[in-house]
Amino acid sequence: MQPTDVRNPQYFHKVVDCQWACPAHTRVPEYIRLIAAGRFDDAYLLNWDSNVFPGILGRTCDRPCEPACRRGRVEENNGEKPEPVAICRLKRVAADNRSNDIDKCMRERLPGQIPGAENFRVACVGAGPASLTVARDLAPLGYRVTVFDADPKGGGFMRTQVPRFRLPEHVIDEEVGYVLDLGVELVGNRRIDSLRKLLEENYDAVFIGCGAPRGRDLQIPGRGENADRIHVGIEWLASVYFGHVKRVGQRVLVLGGGNTAMDCCRSARRLGGDDVKVIVRSGYEEMKASPWEKEDAEHEGVEILNWLNPKSFVHENGKLTGMWFTPMREERDAKGKRKLLPTGEPDRFFACDEVLIAVGQENAFPWIERDLGMAFDEWGMPKLDKLTMQSSLPKVFFGGDAAFGPKNIIWAVEHGHQAAVSIHNFLQDEDVRKRPPPLSNLVSQKMGIHEWTYDNDISPDERYVVPWAPKEKTLADIKQEVELGFDLSTACKEAERCLNCDVQTVFSKDVCIECDACVDVCPMDCITFTANGDEADLRERLTAPAQNPQQDLYVSDPVKTGRVMVKDEDVCLHCGLCAERCPTGAWDMQRFLFAESYAGRGEGYSARPAKKVAA
Amino acid sequence: MTYLPKPKLHHPSLQKNRVGFTRRDYEGAISTLCAGCGHDSISAAIIQACWELDIEPHRVAKLSGIGCSSKTPTYFLGQSHGFNTVHGRMPSVLTGANLANRELLYLGVSGDGDSASIGIGQFVHAIRRGVDMVYIVENNGVYGLTKGQFSATADQGSKSKKGAVNTDAPVDMVGMALQLGASFVARGFSGDKQQLVPILKAAMTHTGAAFVDVISPCVAFNNHPGSTKSYDYVREHNHALCRMDFIPPRVEITVDSHPPGEVREVRQHDGSMLRLRKLPDSHDTGDRVAAMNYLHECQARGEIVTGLLYVDPEAPDLHAHLDTAPVAFNRLAEPELCPGAAALARINAGLR
Repeated sequence: MQPTDVRNPQYFHKVVDCQWACPAHTRVPEYIRLIAAGRFDDAYLLNWDSNVFPGILGRTCDRPCEPACRRGRVEENNGEKPEPVAICRLKRVAADNRSNDIDKCMRERLPGQIPGAENFRVACVGAGPASLTVARDLAPLGYRVTVFDADPKGGGFMRTQVPRFRLPEHVIDEEVGYVLDLGVELVGNRRIDSLRKLLEENYDAVFIGCGAPRGRDLQIPGRGENADRIHVGIEWLASVYFGHVKRVGQRVLVLGGGNTAMDCCRSARRLGGDDVKVIVRSGYEEMKASPWEKEDAEHEGVEILNWLNPKSFVHENGKLTGMWFTPMREERDAKGKRKLLPTGEPDRFFACDEVLIAVGQENAFPWIERDLGMAFDEWGMPKLDKLTMQSSLPKVFFGGDAAFGPKNIIWAVEHGHQAAVSIHNFLQDEDVRKRPPPLSNLVSQKMGIHEWTYDNDISPDERYVVPWAPKEKTLADIKQEVELGFDLSTACKEAERCLNCDVQTVFSKDVCIECDACVDVCPMDCITFTANGDEADLRERLTAPAQNPQQDLYVSDPVKTGRVMVKDEDVCLHCGLCAERCPTGAWDMQRFLFAESYAGRGEGYSARPAKKVAA
Repeated sequence: MTYLPKPKLHHPSLQKNRVGFTRRDYEGAISTLCAGCGHDSISAAIIQACWELDIEPHRVAKLSGIGCSSKTPTYFLGQSHGFNTVHGRMPSVLTGANLANRELLYLGVSGDGDSASIGIGQFVHAIRRGVDMVYIVENNGVYGLTKGQFSATADQGSKSKKGAVNTDAPVDMVGMALQLGASFVARGFSGDKQQLVPILKAAMTHTGAAFVDVISPCVAFNNHPGSTKSYDYVREHNHALCRMDFIPPRVEITVDSHPPGEVREVRQHDGSMLRLRKLPDSHDTGDRVAAMNYLHECQARGEIVTGLLYVDPEAPDLHAHLDTAPVAFNRLAEPELCPGAAALARINAGLR
């Protein structure tokens, strides 16, 4: 293998699994250390800079970081249940414990105004996470940003569809408020129903972050009757939020297996539904809902039934009485493509009083006139440059669910960042595709013979569970938040489970004397000195076989005996024992910083405030 | 060194051996020796060898004297029996323990100070008697614990860290062991575990006095230019006599694909096989005199010969010499341990 070039920032970035997996590349290990150090404001601001909604995401994020977390792999065959660090819930700890006047520190960490930017006006359609991120990135530079929404307040889907027992309203108010306080104008109660008219208002750029607002319906026999008993899930959730719906029937069927279905069934349990069933066409494991959402629903007494395809609604004497379902099975063709087929077993009937349809969401752009010249694809989606989020109308940009269909909040934020960079370039007459270089450096953490700036003693603890409010209380009041968040001492213990994967093991072959001390001390058998070979061959020959091809091998130039040092990054604990045992300092633990650059930043910009924020 | 205990977490694919232990189960406390000490590599090789041999940790006794090397039994086989004796007195304590309980595997761990200076007399007699043990000398040529004075194995003409030249002739422990009748004699290098682990496995399965001299650079006081026991010097002057494969008794021995002449096989008493590769034609591992000659020839050429020099797979050990009971004393009942006045009278009569 060729020697690894660690000067390429993407090499070590990939080693930081959580940060690499996060669409917004939030510096997870750094903020977890800040939490453990009691520097909640710094932890919050680091998050806020990257993902704009730490309090909201700390409760509702899809957490792509957690399945990626190295801790989960490290704990395999090392205890009862391997679990990643509770990254998402630690983010909430930073939000819960931040100072009340933290907004005063926010501007210090943002770039300053660009002369002349105040001459440009940017319109954002929809006040969801994508638009608010665009506003957060552009307003500090001096651009005049106006956000339009059909609802009176900002927040979009986060406010109207995510139920209050998962996300209290004050959290949304605060974090939407931080963005608006940067000088962003919010025009509520104004639905944009014509892009032409909006463009005629002479905005210099338009960002469309209107989400995927249309819930998919299910056109099967009987759907037309009793419309007041059969609802589209996301519309019903919004009605619950606005207080139009206060009760639900005693027996409720929820159709669909995504997170909206979970929000629907759990909301139904709180509004009078005693017998709530989620019925899913396919299997349990492949449901789109996050595993923890399924667990939470089942914990609240919701039954999940799989492999049942809705066939028809049954009405008797003008009243909805139940639904028929066809039992399904899966079959794979020669190419491995999956098909769902009826098993041939008799259909099953489930009695119910009310049905919530949560079988997906669709994008809809009836308000974009097709003669404006904007290109759409065969599925009615705008044709976009995936890097810049720019549409074929140069001044119109997209982001969030409106861009590529339903995803999640953290993707919407990342789209927003990228669109903001593009809009900034566009308005400054720069190449729209130009991306500012990320901030990256590598600094030794050595403070003494066996002293490091980080706590390298690996905690053996298993994942801590977030405490819950009692079920009697949460099921009685739809606004009672279920999760209470970690208390500080548990948060610190959970933070200690983080392996500090951003503190990298850096090898300098010139000073290595091949004493094998690092090989012998490494608890995870990551390090091998051996003859070089191709990657497949090397992966077999290491001290412990490197069986995870997703994880790179770190290969050095040849050492004195002609062998090479090969380190499998897969399950490294970043405990630094290799560096502590190395007599010549050939191993060093170096903190790797990688921060994406947003609009108006780039080389020379420092995200650190001029003065330290009091913890 | 490090103050942190090694995390208990291990690689997810870590395997258990036939007696249900992972390699990590053979570890001891975290080493307090200097970072990069050769002795730590030897500890790791012992751990690897014991794991591969499916040795039950409670069937091992590790004995040592005083010095850096003699500290190391704390850092391996944490679940085995241990005895840290007086300086240079490990061999006699080991001999006594072995006579009382012949059923354990005895690892005598010593250094060049402990065995070639203060304990040289003890070393000589334990080898001479053929005590069934593995006698490991972790040989770095200096007194590391007292800051690097020359030890008795330091080569004439080699330089100390501060530049002083050693004028005394060295004690060659491998030559002594050969001359004293050790039935297994080998030399290894802490920086070459591929060679060392099979040597240790062969020594551990050998019946009789197995002597293994392991050159183990002292990174703090003897790893500089002018030293003859530094990593660089040993790598440059290492004359590896052979590469050895250790084949345990349970493995079916297949026909080897090596051309004849390059491979020589030695079957040990317990049925295990030592397969020696690339042995020079002139060298016969069954010939003690040839081994001594070869050792001295290499020495004269300035080479450090490593590998298995001599083995007598059928040599009798101390128990055979003394015709002792076939089991450990702790398995004998009182009538056998104290056969009474009549038995004593019979013995006395036999000596008149």
